[in-house]
Amino acid sequence: MARAIKEAEASWTGRYPELGTGLVSYEDSISPEFYELEREAIFRRAWLNVGRVEQLPRRGSYFTRDLAVAKTSVIVARDLSGQVRAFHNVCRHRGNKLLWGTTPNDETSGVCREFMCRYHGWRYTLEGQLTFVLQEEEFFDFDRRDFPLVPVHCEVWEGFIFVNLADQPGQTLTDFLGPMVRGLEGYPFHLVTERYAFRADLNSNWKIYLDAFQEYYHASVLHSQQQVPSLRSFATGYKAPHYQIDGPHRLVSTGGWKGVPRHQLPHDKMYPLEPLTEAGLMGPWQRPDIPELDPANLPPGINPGGLDPWSISNFQIFPNFVILLYERGWYLTYHYWPTSHRTHMWEMSYYFPPSRNASERIRHEVTAVISKEAGLQDAGTLDGTQMGLESRVVSRWPLSDQEITVRHLHKTTGDWVQAYLRDGMGAPA
Amino acid sequence: MSDAIPAIPAIPGSATVLPILPETFSDLAPFAARWCLPTEPARYAERLRSTMAELEAFYDAARPRVREAMAHLDRFPLDALPEPEENLLHLVYSFVMVSLPVEVWHQPRVIDAGTAYFDRHLEPTP
Repeated sequence: MARAIKEAEASWTGRYPELGTGLVSYEDSISPEFYELEREAIFRRAWLNVGRVEQLPRRGSYFTRDLAVAKTSVIVARDLSGQVRAFHNVCRHRGNKLLWGTTPNDETSGVCREFMCRYHGWRYTLEGQLTFVLQEEEFFDFDRRDFPLVPVHCEVWEGFIFVNLADQPGQTLTDFLGPMVRGLEGYPFHLVTERYAFRADLNSNWKIYLDAFQEYYHASVLHSQQQVPSLRSFATGYKAPHYQIDGPHRLVSTGGWKGVPRHQLPHDKMYPLEPLTEAGLMGPWQRPDIPELDPANLPPGINPGGLDPWSISNFQIFPNFVILLYERGWYLTYHYWPTSHRTHMWEMSYYFPPSRNASERIRHEVTAVISKEAGLQDAGTLDGTQMGLESRVVSRWPLSDQEITVRHLHKTTGDWVQAYLRDGMGAPA
Repeated sequence: MSDAIPAIPAIPGSATVLPILPETFSDLAPFAARWCLPTEPARYAERLRSTMAELEAFYDAARPRVREAMAHLDRFPLDALPEPEENLLHLVYSFVMVSLPVEVWHQPRVIDAGTAYFDRHLEPTP
């Protein structure tokens, strides 16, 4: 009677037989023991995005990123030759954290010619060399060259700065990103730099929150109010028209709500704010007149499903980094930084082309406000998901074809942990 | 605009300086002290401590002026807005902030937001 009717062969999930179609466990999101494994197997081995080159505008620019999941903090700096470097944020003398903001718990940023430890005044160049030791003659058998800052593997791709905390990364950054994510290459990220950034401390495992932003099955219900009352339905749902998987990474693209781009809806099917300001959830209605942002000129890898209409491509870059590109000429990023097995710090940034006048800035504000409200619904609800899973009343859960991305994330996480347990390697073969 | 209420000028040396709006937007002056807020965290906090009647009064007054405000502000370079224009821009941002409670949620808080709170720690100015 109640058998599922979706045939695996005719499904997105069926294209990736290694995923299976069976029930899944979320023990990986409620187990403190699994979290400890994840820290080593994933966050100390995968490439992690820690920022963008615009945060290092000059030689000597630096910022720190505290990575609680790896129990470390990194300094990311542009050295005097212009190269971006990363170091563990630890003084070689007595282990003090080298740079912090108001308190040792706060990140910091700025411009300097050298880093100085506030404990005993040891100083390091932007290249990490120890150059000054107070009362150096008091140390025994001592050579400053033996005590540089500990470097962290650091590579820049399309303006995104990545670090890898492994002693020797198993893959280069570009090998790790693979062909699907590298389909983003050529997008004019350097022209889309007006940034609105948010942070939130959330009461769920990082994967549980990430799951909400990689499927659109929940959108018509949890975010029902995105549609005016006459368009809401709790019975018909939404199916994303394109999914793709490449290694540990995922892509899902959308083509407008039921095929109609939001800005092309009749005005009585929108909220008054939208036609009034000509902006909404999907961005300003008018795409900026920047030729590089015209979909006709975008790299084909941005919309690999060839959707028409095309609205969003949502690149889920393992483990915790997301880039969403919008057809209307802007993009956003999410980062999920675990702080325990049941909490994480979440970051969201919107990037628009710099406003040339107040109207453009107001339209960006409209998009930034509306989009945040949807995120608040996800954040508020997923506390409840974490609670439900932690009750351990049920251990096996079904996933639909529209949640192939959820299935893939949890499988990939498990695969990396298994590979680490098996042979200490990062990326499974 | 002949019956408009004149903008209240700032009183030198007074403890609370009322934000001045461009003359043609002086009808919005009654909302300036409360809603000319330069940052999103301040606007969001003000929204949460307001009643729906307060949000609706501001929304109803501002909505018919938003288009004119955008056209007016576009006559100035964004990075060198005179103070009254910068105040007007902040007032429009606040209109955006109160629009969703009025148009969508019918309450100051987002429905289903639970205990979630996002801190916008970086934004362009103005």
